Amino acid sequence: MFENLTEKLQRVFKNLRGQGKLTEEHLDAAVGQIREALLDGDVNVGVADELLAKIRAKAQGAEVMLQLSPDQQVVKIVRDELTELLGKHARPLFSSRPPSVWLMVGLQGSGKTTTTGKLAKWLSSHGHRPLVVSTDVYRPAAREQLAQVARAIGLPCWAATGTDKPLEIVRGAIREAKLSAYDVILVDTAGRLHIDKELMTELGELKRELQPSEILFIADAMIGQDAVRSAGEFHRRLGLTGVVLTKLDGDARGGAALSIGKVTGAPVKFVGIGEKYDALEAFYPDRIVSRVLGMGDVMTLIEKAEQSVDAKKAAEFERKLRRNEFTLEDFRDQLRQLRKMGPLEQIIGMLPKLGPLANLPKDAQVDEGRLKRVEAIINSMTAAEREDHSLIDGKRRKRIASGSGTSVQEVNQVLKQYMQMRKMIKQFGPAAAKGKLRGLGKLSGLS
Amino acid sequence: MITLFGKPEPTLLERLKESVGKTRSQLAARVEDLLAGDRQIDPALLAQLETALLAADLGVRTTREILQAVRDKVERRVLADGAQLKTELKNQLLGILSGNGTALPAAANPTRGAESAGTAAPRVIFVVGVNGTGKTTTIGKLAHRLREEGRSVLLCAADTFRAAANEQLDVWARRAGVELIKQKPGADPAAVVYDALSAAAARSIDAVIVDTAGRLHTKSNLMAELEKMKRTAAKLVPGAPHDVLLVMDATTGQNGLSQAREFTSAVGVTDIVLTKLDGTAKGGIVVAIVRELGLPIRFVGIGEKIQDLVPFDPQTFVNSLFD
Repeated sequence: MFENLTEKLQRVFKNLRGQGKLTEEHLDAAVGQIREALLDGDVNVGVADELLAKIRAKAQGAEVMLQLSPDQQVVKIVRDELTELLGKHARPLFSSRPPSVWLMVGLQGSGKTTTTGKLAKWLSSHGHRPLVVSTDVYRPAAREQLAQVARAIGLPCWAATGTDKPLEIVRGAIREAKLSAYDVILVDTAGRLHIDKELMTELGELKRELQPSEILFIADAMIGQDAVRSAGEFHRRLGLTGVVLTKLDGDARGGAALSIGKVTGAPVKFVGIGEKYDALEAFYPDRIVSRVLGMGDVMTLIEKAEQSVDAKKAAEFERKLRRNEFTLEDFRDQLRQLRKMGPLEQIIGMLPKLGPLANLPKDAQVDEGRLKRVEAIINSMTAAEREDHSLIDGKRRKRIASGSGTSVQEVNQVLKQYMQMRKMIKQFGPAAAKGKLRGLGKLSGLS
Repeated sequence: MITLFGKPEPTLLERLKESVGKTRSQLAARVEDLLAGDRQIDPALLAQLETALLAADLGVRTTREILQAVRDKVERRVLADGAQLKTELKNQLLGILSGNGTALPAAANPTRGAESAGTAAPRVIFVVGVNGTGKTTTIGKLAHRLREEGRSVLLCAADTFRAAANEQLDVWARRAGVELIKQKPGADPAAVVYDALSAAAARSIDAVIVDTAGRLHTKSNLMAELEKMKRTAAKLVPGAPHDVLLVMDATTGQNGLSQAREFTSAVGVTDIVLTKLDGTAKGGIVVAIVRELGLPIRFVGIGEKIQDLVPFDPQTFVNSLFD
């Protein structure tokens, strides 16, 4: 996301080094670069120009900060402005009298149904009892889709029978929620164009009757300039309470988040970052702006690591390290924990492009398949072999290779990597546990 | 031969205009107003024009190039007033769009024209794209179109990933009155392609349309899956897939270029279908795509009804950018 902006600005200010003062000329060039970056990132042109006017005024009036170079100073101003536009982190809203109703609205294909499933899962893992219901009586198999999604995540879906009126469907769901003590009803509505009078009126009616605590606009991260019109019109009609930005796991820069924030004032509350139902995250504007400016998203990374690392296993691992018993079994555990953190590309995207990581290619291709094969190889060993790798002779290697569908070379490679890591751990003791990321990076052909 | 690429029909053009015209005019930036009659060409006007082009998702580079060409003519006093400027802008855009396909080296597109005429082998059409662009709906409409032309059509439900994808395509198959080949959810999509092409050969079907799961172009494993489907098709029907249609949502911003590039390099996109043009989004990113990749735009989607897929017409499209 906007990774190039910092680089571009550095180029603009390169000649300035040593002068220590911003000239009008430099500022013009810098503003031009920022504009291009924002537009390339799909920030609406009107929104971008307004932002730039503010940035320019601030840069001109800025007191010279001795500790910052001019490019850093401009980046700081840009960052502050973008953060301000996106607002503070906002928590989802619940009604004081359950069930709370959350209305999911948006254009066709923005990802409402998938997001409904993800939110239900998120709610359920945060102590709620969600019920999902679809009022999409128009698109072929839309209601069937939500029912299947609910089944896949093991949560209830209200299957309204005998009616195809959105309002009646939701009334049934509310009755059911009261009877069975569901506290949040997620209403998945049909995708519609913001200029479709009839369907927009239908949403207005749903809102009046249901008094939802959240009206979430589901927006595709790949959306371009038109975001201001669609989001603006949905907001004008319904009064949006929040935005969910979907498909952020691709390479779209997601500047629409800024455009939508500008025209609706509604905060982005969640972001969708993958095809799996747990690929939904709470949205922290300060973090995404840092990522936008190429500063990495270390906070999210730390949070992810905390979530996926099993505390008991970690303690056990540390004990083993102390006693120098790092077996292939532990090696596999480490691999699994790393993979649980999510797709490696995603994790790498969060790392700051600094220090040893500075030269990491922007689109570092991580071969997830290779990690899977390593796991398969270890899985194909017997328990005794995993405990004591010295048992594994040529014959056993052949067996492991055919068992895991790999080659003897690959088995050799895995054993070599394992031995290197073991040696490293022996040398440095538990402190080397911190280096495990690096060791595993090598495995996936990263370093 | 199956005329996927027929001439635009005027009645449909009128429908597009009508559908696009709905309430868009109130919301859209009115380039038309900027360029009314004898308005003097000055820097302020050019800046407004730039904003309008950017707001249509043409992107920084394409906008800059178009404006530069115009500015040159203004300086040489070839263009005198707003009306002439508008004509010139439209010509610039038409120039790019009617380069439609020619920028593509012939070698990169070997299947085009390699008709399976005279043989029983069906024409195989892959429909690909990122999630939520309208692939399945487009397939329903395309099947209807081919049926109207008197072709026999078979649909292949190779989106085995998304919940209820089969059911959705099934409804469209019934609406279009064509047969559908499917397997269980989670099945190998290449296996469904295999089944569909075998069935098509046995029944001497004219065209097989393959629905694929939406996928982000950055996911290399999913792109590899598409390549595998393509290889499977080629094994059964020489030269297949004959068409690889990339379905793109008109609301798509600058990311569209990256989508087109990645899908083309993985599965050799032959044409673009621009969907959801009945909203307020203008789909200007396709100008950048045609300019950079030379991919032709074949159809546009203009509504939810089965007839709402019409051949792309550059003139109408360019006019709509200025409405």
